[in-house]
Amino acid sequence: MTVLATPLRWLRAGWTTFKRPSAHLGIGFLTLGGFLAGVIWWGGFNTALEATNREAFCIGCHEMRENVYAELQSTIHFTNRSGVRATCPDCHVPHNWTDKIARKMQASKEVWGKIFGTIDTPEKFAAHRLTLASNEWARMKANNSLECRNCHSVESMDITKQGARAAAAHQTFLFTGQNTCIDCHKGIAHRLPDMKDVPAWNKPPQSAARPDGAGAAAPH
Amino acid sequence: MRRILLLALAAALPCLAMAADRPAYTGAPVPEVQPAAPIAKETTDDKRRSRNYPDQPPVIPHAIRDYQLDLNANKCLTCHGRENTEASQAPMISITHFQDREGQTLGAVSPRRYFCTQCHVPQSDARPRIDNLFQDVDRTIRNAQPTEQRK
Ligand code: HEC
Ligand code: HEC
Ligand code: HEC
Ligand code: HEC
Ligand code: HEC
Ligand code: HEC
Repeated sequence: MTVLATPLRWLRAGWTTFKRPSAHLGIGFLTLGGFLAGVIWWGGFNTALEATNREAFCIGCHEMRENVYAELQSTIHFTNRSGVRATCPDCHVPHNWTDKIARKMQASKEVWGKIFGTIDTPEKFAAHRLTLASNEWARMKANNSLECRNCHSVESMDITKQGARAAAAHQTFLFTGQNTCIDCHKGIAHRLPDMKDVPAWNKPPQSAARPDGAGAAAPH
Repeated sequence: MRRILLLALAAALPCLAMAADRPAYTGAPVPEVQPAAPIAKETTDDKRRSRNYPDQPPVIPHAIRDYQLDLNANKCLTCHGRENTEASQAPMISITHFQDREGQTLGAVSPRRYFCTQCHVPQSDARPRIDNLFQDVDRTIRNAQPTEQRK
């Protein structure tokens, strides 16, 4: 009996503390409850993040559905002989956890745009398109086209199986690190905005029209 | 017996007439639904083809799937434009592409040559429906010569 007395006293003391009301709630309830809430919150947060990751969420907005999504459907990243698809989040939300959070915070800005109507018509979308595309190019340039490389690895690229133009370009500029995917593959998933100010994309066609208007009359 | 033969012939006549009306391309009877022929493969072997006459727009020997060609962007010129051929190693659009119809040479591609696929087309391995009897100028001249001079 004496052997057990001390641990029993400890237990009882512990139990008293556990159920003793703090100010309003038992401290034990607070600790345990807090822990459980933490588990639920974390899980729920994760699930919510997964849900926003799904393509269905992205194309819930008409700007996304009627422009970029409609265009994606005819490209190789939507249908191809292998049946492997790239969805919006594959190219637009980095898989890395911290980057993911950062992108979500930025995404709130888009929700803002939706509510306050910055880009609520196809015309406004077209007008903003170069800005939006440039943001994406800058992001992909900065992360060395991370999203592309999540699926296409340079190590697994067999250039003997590629077309001559692809093999030459990849060997000369990609493998040497001079260029990254997005430098050469702009417009891989959507229609491009007006490219006349983007380097390597050519100037628009010229007509013989001179500043004084002479020569502009006849269509060429 | 004679009557039966005649009747059979009368019955066969419309069929014969129909056979004559068969579409020349497929040779299949009109009312029958034919299985679709397999889709021909694109020729994308990157080998430039010889032209049948000097003025022929050369055919495109590479893939052009999803290449954007509209007022916003011209993907072809990112390789074939004058400034870009060093990186792409593509043949430059020739001088005619810079000229308007008065023959004036402009600083960039002429509007009438902007939409490349109006004149340049990719090829496929589809079998021609009707054999092409075209002969280029050298063959024509050779064939016009007396037989003993031909080599
Ligand atoms: C609430 C509607 C809505 C939803 C949902 C939405 N978007 Fe957007 N998105 C917009 C609007 C509006 C813009 C233009 C915002 C601006 O002015 O920055 C935009 C812009 C973008 C851009 C251009 C980014 C930039 O930096 O300029 C990308 C990429 C994008 N969205 C991808 C996505 C992806 C991927 C998803 C799904 C995870 C998604 N969007 C979900 C409305 C939405
Ligand atoms: C294979 C990768 C890929 C996929 C899949 C993809 N995008 Fe994009 N997206 C890009 C790239 C690259 C850009 C930068 C502009 C360009 O080059 O066309 C871009 C640009 C955008 C822009 C900016 C406006 C513009 O057109 O430039 C939006 C908005 C956008 N994407 C939304 C989406 C949505 C929504 C989906 C899913 C329906 C999606 N993207 C799927 C690669 C992709
Ligand atoms: C979800 C995985 C995935 C992502 C992310 C992805 N791709 Fe792809 N990509 C594919 C698949 C699958 C194919 C088709 C392979 C096939 O069947 O030939 C493909 C094909 C291509 C092709 C070949 C086009 C053609 O016409 O032959 C290019 C170029 C390409 N991708 C570039 C990119 C670039 C640039 C990015 C980043 C903006 C990117 N991909 C992101 C999976 C992906
Ligand atoms: C220096 C420019 C350049 C860079 C950088 C580049 N590519 Fe390419 N890529 C090309 C060219 C040119 C082609 C062939 C023409 C085309 O498909 O439009 C090509 C073709 C491809 C193809 C199709 C292969 C084939 O046989 O046609 C894939 C897939 C591809 N690229 C993926 C990538 C990925 C992924 C990256 C980044 C890791 C990348 N490329 C970086 C220029 C480049
Ligand atoms: C990625 C660079 C690239 C792009 C983009 C490109 N080409 Fe080419 N093109 C080449 C190269 C390189 C050759 C030389 C043969 C080969 O490697 O396929 C060529 C060859 C040609 C030829 C044959 C020239 C000859 O003298 O036989 C024609 C015609 C042509 N391309 C037209 C086009 C058109 C039209 C487009 C746009 C729809 C286009 N190309 C887009 C790189 C490109
Ligand atoms: C109105 C018809 C027409 C249009 C449009 C056109 N071409 Fe041509 N192209 C020709 C003809 C004809 C030739 C061959 C004779 C010549 O050089 O003029 C040619 C030759 C070429 C050659 C071979 C040049 C050489 O020196 O071997 C290339 C490459 C080429 N075109 C690319 C293009 C590209 C890229 C475009 C779009 C920007 C384009 N063409 C638009 C008719 C056209």
